[in-house]
This record gives sequence, structure tokens and C-alpha cells, in this order.
Amino acid sequence: MDLVSSVLAGDRLGLARLLSEVESGSQAGTQALNQLFPHTGKAQLIGVTGAPGTGKSSLVNQLALHYRRPPQGEPRRVAILAVDPSSPFTGGAVLGDRIRMRELSGDQGVFIRSMASRGSLGGLAAASAGAAQAFDAAGYDIILIETVGSGQSEVEIAKLAHTTLVVDVPGLGDDVQAIKAGILEIADILVLNKADRPGVESAERALQGMLKLGHPTKRIMHHGRVEELHSADSEQAHREEWIPPIRRTVALEGKGIVELAEAIEGHRQFLQRSGEWQGRERARLQNEVELLLQSELMATWRRGLSPGQYEAVLDALMARQQSPRQAVAALLNGRVKR
Amino acid sequence: MAEKKIRVLVAKPGLDGHDRGAKVIARALRDAGMEVIYTGLRQTPEMIAEAALQEDVDAVGLSILSGAHMALVPRVLELLRANGQDNVRVFVGGIIPDEDVSKLITAGVAGIYGPGSPTQKIIDDIRAAVHPA
Repeated sequence: MDLVSSVLAGDRLGLARLLSEVESGSQAGTQALNQLFPHTGKAQLIGVTGAPGTGKSSLVNQLALHYRRPPQGEPRRVAILAVDPSSPFTGGAVLGDRIRMRELSGDQGVFIRSMASRGSLGGLAAASAGAAQAFDAAGYDIILIETVGSGQSEVEIAKLAHTTLVVDVPGLGDDVQAIKAGILEIADILVLNKADRPGVESAERALQGMLKLGHPTKRIMHHGRVEELHSADSEQAHREEWIPPIRRTVALEGKGIVELAEAIEGHRQFLQRSGEWQGRERARLQNEVELLLQSELMATWRRGLSPGQYEAVLDALMARQQSPRQAVAALLNGRVKR
Repeated sequence: MAEKKIRVLVAKPGLDGHDRGAKVIARALRDAGMEVIYTGLRQTPEMIAEAALQEDVDAVGLSILSGAHMALVPRVLELLRANGQDNVRVFVGGIIPDEDVSKLITAGVAGIYGPGSPTQKIIDDIRAAVHPA
């Protein structure tokens, strides 16, 4: 059976192998994704980001347990994509997110995949979007994407997920940390985990203060251009604004998870009611195309270089005969100053 | 854009609560450029086989100090085969008596490493087993 039909048939080893092909950027993986793409667009993508040690893996574990055993309704099929950093020096990685997810093992309705970032910045891996499509095509209803433990600029997840959770814990920083641009701004829902710890009140006040300072209604999502996230015909979107709720959790004890899942569902309903769901889908796909376009243009351009040309430009740079900008101009014009 | 990395699952089956060795190995394999999926303590053979499948690993490293290797290792091998992962190479580290070493090798284990084994040897063996020259 080929990759595509085995993934569509629900074969888990087939899906695992497809994910490896996607990660390695192989021709087989690309072709399979092309064929699977019409089967995607059904899953809900939930991103979980936050500083290292805030409890992202434990939260993902609890959310997955919740979706598998919901208080009401049918269990949902859950895929988890857990991204951890690669070493910038050796390219190796230790992927340890499964440690917190042992309660999920033995459940055929859950598929956990660890992924190394392989040099990508922004908290995800280059193959994350492709992996999410593979899960979507394989029929997983909920895709939980856990980013690399992030600092202040790992905001790529907001371009991939429908709903982004930003996880904070008491005692990480003062209220100036909370008003800095970046990670908090991408939150659709703020999670205050380890809420049994001292300092939870002041942490929540700081987050609330940040929200009151004004949550951007139009988001600058891409290269500094303002992108409207709602479609033009939805009048409602102008009237209704999503204010990110703050939810307290103690992930290790499973506390606050039901309320968090309700907030996620509330956000999903808001997106659909306001027409923003379509807008986000469009922005998501646009982002993916632009990333692919960038890497493809770069690869094509590199193939067109004559041997030694690149090195010659670098030599000219080292000798201070050219500035980096002149070097780029020379490379794009196919000329090298000697 | 990318290349195929060697992916290794490092797991501690059974009940012993000491994973320093497993962590040393995980780190050594990372430094050798491999992607190591580390699952932590007290894994059942079923959990290990399931993780190996979802992660599509090339090799599994089992760290066992409890003496239960003759029960645990063949079970892991059996489950990997049942899942269609005959190609996954299994390595065992820990305290394994000599008389059990040959039995485990016969059962299909690719390498066994006692205390003091140089990590470079383990790295070389995994590379050779995953990409036979």
C-alpha cells in the first residue's frame, strides 16, 4: 500500500513514515502531501507556547486526556506535535516531551510525534505545517502543537494554529515583561499554569493589565504588513472583538482543564461566528506558501550559481572590497567584483 | 532543505528508578547529531513499541538494571515485529550477565553494552546498524 492510501486508511505506521518523509523534505513526502491536501481542512489546530518549564507538555497531556474523555459528547481523535530544539552545533536533539504524556499511551485515538526544530527559528520546525496536514488528512480532529520553550519572539505558532494558548506561570517576570510586544500579543487564551503557587494573584493582575492596555484588533502577522484576519463580508467581525481570557490551571493535578477546554471551544465558536475562521485559514495557507516559496526561490537561485561564485563573493567580503549589500546585488546580477 | 536524521528512542523499561545511564547515552547520541526521543522511567514494552511506531525511529535503546531483561527485551522485539517495524534495531545497556548476552543476541538484539562501555562505540554501532556500509 502506498503512503497516501495507508494514511487515509488510518494505518499508524504509514502515518509515522509519512511524517518522516515530510521532515526530511523528500520527494515522496511532498507528493504524498500534495495528494492528501484535498483531505485536509477539517481539524482544529491548537498551539501551545510559553517559556521553558511553564508546563506546556503537562497541559497538552491534560488537554488530550480531556478530549479523549469529554464530560459530554463523543471522544475526539487527538494528534500531538511536540517540537523541541535541535543543537545548533551538532544538529542532534533530545526530544523529551513524551515524558509528560505517558498517560496517553495505549490509546489508539492519540498519536504523539516529537519533532526537532532543525535550525528553524520561531519555535516550530520547517516541517510543522506539513506534519499538521498529515494529521489532518489522517482524520485527527484536534491537533495540539507544542512549540519549543519560547522566549519573546517565538510567534510562528500564531500563523499555524487556529487558537494559540500562551502559558505563563507565577513569578516569571514583572508587569513590564507583560507589556512587551511579541509572545503575549499572539495569545488567544492566556493560561496561568502552576496556579497553586504563590504570586498567582499578581501574575494574573499583570496579565489583565496588559490586556486592558489594548488588545490589537488587527494583527500585524506578516513581515510588518497589517493583515486583516476577517473576511470582507463579515460585518460582525467589526462589532465583536475577542478579548483573550485568562484561565488558571494546575496541569499536574488536572485542575482548570475543563474551563480551559471551554475557553478553547469559545474561541472556535467566535472564529466561526465572526468569519475569522476563514480569514485565519487564508492567512495560515498564505504563510505556508510564502515560506515554501522563500526556500524554493533560494534553492533555485543556488542551483543557478556557477561553481566558486559564492566563495568568490565571500572572499571579496572578507577583503572588505564589497559590503554585504553590494555582495547581494552582485550575486543577484550574477556578477562578482574581483 | 533537510536530510534524514537518525532517530533513536531511549527508554527505560521495568521498575528500576535510576536513569542516569540512559540520560548520559541520550546526550551522547544528541552530540553525535542524532535525534533522541527520551521517554523516561517505568515504561512497559507496550509503551515502548507504541512510541517507536509513532516516532518512526531507526533504533531503540533500552536501559535495564533490574535484571528483568530476559522478560522485557524479547517482548519489545516481539511487539516491534508485530507492528511491522522489523527494521528497527534494538540496543540494550545495563547489567546483563554473560550467559544472557548470547541469548539476547540470538533473539535479535543488535548490541549489548555493560557499565563502562565507551559511548563512541555505541554511536558507531548505531550508525553502522542503521546505515549498513
